[in-house]
Amino acid sequence: MTINPPLPEQVHVSDTVAAPVDSGDAPPKSMWRLGLEVFLANRLAIVGLVVVLLFVAFCFLGPLLYHTEQLRTDLAQANQPPGTGGHPLGTDDVGYDELGRLMVGGQSSLEIGIAAAVMATIVGTLWGAIAGYLGGWVDAIMMRVVDTLLAIPGLFLLLLLVAIFTPSTGLLIVVIAFGAWLTPARLVRGETLSLRTREYVQAAKMMGGGNRRAILKHITPNAIGTIVVNATFQVADAILIVAALSFLGLGVPPPHADWGNMLSDGTAFTQNGYWWMILPPGLAIVLVVVAFNFLGDALRDAFEVRLRRR
Amino acid sequence: MAPVLDVDDLHTEIAVNDGAVHAVDGVSFTVHRGELLGLVGESGCGKTMTALSIMRLLPGGGRITKGTVVLGDVDLTAMSEKDIRSVRGKRIGMVFQDPMTSLNPTITIGRQVAEPLHLHTDLAGRAMTDRVTEMLNLVGLPQPSRRLNAYPHELSGGMRQRVMIARALVCDPELLIADEPTTALDVTIQQQILELIDDLRTRLGMAVILVTHDLGVIAGRADRVAVMYAGKIVETTETQRLFGNPRHPYTEALFEALPENAAGTNQPLYSIPGMPPDLVNPPPGCRFAPRCRYAEDSCRTDPPPLRGEVTGHDYACFFPVGAAETGPITGLHKPRPIVVDSGFGRHAAEPGAPLLSVTGLVKDFPITAGAILRRNVGSVSAVADVSFSVTGGETFGLVGESGCGKTTIGRLVVGMERPDAGTIWIDGTNVATLRGKARREHQRDTHLIFQDAYAALNPRMRVGAIVAEPLVIHGIGNRATRLNRVREVLAEVGLPRGAIQRYPHEFSGGQRQRIGLARALALQPKLIVADEPVSALDVSIQAQILNLMSDLQERHGLTYVFISHDLSVVRYLSTTIGVMYLGKLVEIGPAGAVYANPVHPYTRGLIDTIPVADPWARRTGDDGVRGELPSAIRPPSGCRFRTRCPLAQDVCAEQEPPLRTFGNDGHQAACHFPLAVPTFAAESEKSVGTA
Repeated sequence: MTINPPLPEQVHVSDTVAAPVDSGDAPPKSMWRLGLEVFLANRLAIVGLVVVLLFVAFCFLGPLLYHTEQLRTDLAQANQPPGTGGHPLGTDDVGYDELGRLMVGGQSSLEIGIAAAVMATIVGTLWGAIAGYLGGWVDAIMMRVVDTLLAIPGLFLLLLLVAIFTPSTGLLIVVIAFGAWLTPARLVRGETLSLRTREYVQAAKMMGGGNRRAILKHITPNAIGTIVVNATFQVADAILIVAALSFLGLGVPPPHADWGNMLSDGTAFTQNGYWWMILPPGLAIVLVVVAFNFLGDALRDAFEVRLRRR
Repeated sequence: MAPVLDVDDLHTEIAVNDGAVHAVDGVSFTVHRGELLGLVGESGCGKTMTALSIMRLLPGGGRITKGTVVLGDVDLTAMSEKDIRSVRGKRIGMVFQDPMTSLNPTITIGRQVAEPLHLHTDLAGRAMTDRVTEMLNLVGLPQPSRRLNAYPHELSGGMRQRVMIARALVCDPELLIADEPTTALDVTIQQQILELIDDLRTRLGMAVILVTHDLGVIAGRADRVAVMYAGKIVETTETQRLFGNPRHPYTEALFEALPENAAGTNQPLYSIPGMPPDLVNPPPGCRFAPRCRYAEDSCRTDPPPLRGEVTGHDYACFFPVGAAETGPITGLHKPRPIVVDSGFGRHAAEPGAPLLSVTGLVKDFPITAGAILRRNVGSVSAVADVSFSVTGGETFGLVGESGCGKTTIGRLVVGMERPDAGTIWIDGTNVATLRGKARREHQRDTHLIFQDAYAALNPRMRVGAIVAEPLVIHGIGNRATRLNRVREVLAEVGLPRGAIQRYPHEFSGGQRQRIGLARALALQPKLIVADEPVSALDVSIQAQILNLMSDLQERHGLTYVFISHDLSVVRYLSTTIGVMYLGKLVEIGPAGAVYANPVHPYTRGLIDTIPVADPWARRTGDDGVRGELPSAIRPPSGCRFRTRCPLAQDVCAEQEPPLRTFGNDGHQAACHFPLAVPTFAAESEKSVGTA
């Protein structure tokens, strides 16, 4: 047996176009690591991440340090301005401590928002990837289902569902996800239409791989940028929808709370100057939503740059 | 006479994350009126950056750090951004590589050609339309006045490139820069475009800089050549001197890596080891030294100056090859004989049972209209009644222009498409009739290698997972045995062990094609279909991959179906060649016979059209295939080649020519008026090619 001039050892001197490939065995930086570096170089992303983490800590760890009564009303203590009677942010119209309420309310908002976004993203991604990859009449039927649901005004659908069933955290998650999965389904289908013609997907088919493998191993991972970015926006949207539903009185039932119904309660006292019932939940909603949007933008950059580094 | 363009000591840098890429590093040359200067080099050598520096069209982060670019009497490097705009498009025209993306799809070609006139002249209305029509006529666009309102998508690639040239020349520039103007085009169209540029420069008396990676393109056209390597010009002289007596080892190595120089020799190609240097921190001495056969210690410490013993032939090397010219150069430099590597080569296949046998293969792609209820409104005849067979251990080369159906045949053989009719026998099984799981089972016997190695590798999978994928799909072994197999095949294709952990983007083009080969080998297939595996690679890297493929074939007794538009590559690697035209196999036979004595006019034309790296080669201008490939939706009746055939007569339109045998070595062709006398007229009905 003879060996040709390009011996393995001679071939790899150095490489100009791509990063140098050394023959060492140390594992190189992973894709996630490279993406993380780009992500962390973005100031707004850090701000967004810090705000989100602060709110999570505030809502879930806060009640462990700051104990308040959030089950029984205390009308004697109603409508206290901030700073009186050991209430740093005052009390609301039935005497709940506003700061403690903000923590408990935030728990529902964040839980519902994140859970609904995750659910919508998973369902939407699979739906879109399957429709886009299989194409033909499967695609036609699946996407007409999406079109039909999109044609129904979202808020109307939510109101209808919430009016039929008794609202609870679980139900709100399902209902919001039901309205939200359509966007990722459309986005991922569009992405899949271009990905399925890529040669690496063709290569998997050529090697005898089935549809499931193509969708789960080749299409979805390469659409991950679109998927994750959309998921962060979904969280922000879901938090707003919870707030809107609660504002309309169809959110989580008392004694539970979320930022939306706190805001709704507070607006009754706009004329009385009880700003502590309006500004804190309002600001919380705005901050969290903006923070998630920052995260989404930064993630998009992080994912794209990773692919650009050829 | 003063030169049109005088580039002196040009330095261009491009800022990147960790420093600056010294893309152009001290380049000097001149171009005179009516002269064509060829700028040759491999990808990344700085030839395009030189062209863009002249136009001051550098990408973001790029800037000229030193040197002058004098056009006529003005220094372009010192001009303001506003002033340089009056030079671009008016005094310098530029043609880019890809005519598909260089034209705006939403604007008619008439308006696009008129754009420089709007910007630089006072012409308007009738006068402007006349000028545009005149230009389109000059570049050979048929019926120019009717095409003014056509959109780019209505034109073929070759026609679009003609429009690009018209736009570049509409303001009568002194200098035309053509950056790889024919790389994206078929070889038959390439010839026509090169002729056009050549013709226009004599008629309009402009200076032309032709940037290319293809020595063949330069050979017949350029007056002078500058060879670039790693941002520097390493050799520059008149074309004939360069081809007849290359002095720089890099130039010499480029010639020796050309597959046509080793065709039929059963010898490995000379391949330049390693890769070009990193231009962020270039080596201090000669930049070619790490890859050079003749390098000594002094080469690695001192940069050699660009000079020569005789006027007009300069090279940057301390230990030049060849000898100083004393008289005129009369012939092509003959590469020194390569030391015979015993046992290497493509033996003529021993007679045996064919591993792959294809008969009467047909594939039509329907054209549909309507969104939901898809109606068939026609079909593209991609493969029409093709038969051939390939003996185990040999290489079957399939050549033809793009759109001739060669890729579809490859995809049919590996089971990516289902044939509409015909049989595909692989090792005793007719896989054409198998469906679903049974077909997938048989897919482990075959593997397809793609042209664009990067596109064929999932960018989010590590190389280890990519190479193991066929094993996983077919449920072979466990995690540990698969890892062992991956290590084995990676070593076999010459990749370092660390590659397992890395992602495809960390590798160069040649290395990615090695990964593709490793994946192909993982399942120990019997047949590998390689679809243009080296067309995207530079000559020196191409030689490495071709050698590797030959070596693997030798070691594993692999059978290849090698698909390419490049006849010289196919000729080098194949034992049998099949020539396709518009879905039909028009000629098939032993590689030497088909290449040396083609009997089908199309094969003859194709061979004549290939740009040969030999300035002395006969070039009458009438050779080669003229015109463009007709539509495969309504292919011509009878012989499909008749619309472009110089020998066509009425019978060609009425009757489809059958495959007839020529000689006794299995050479067959389908033509009514072949270039040789058929041997057995009685055998004409039998249309199965033999190995």
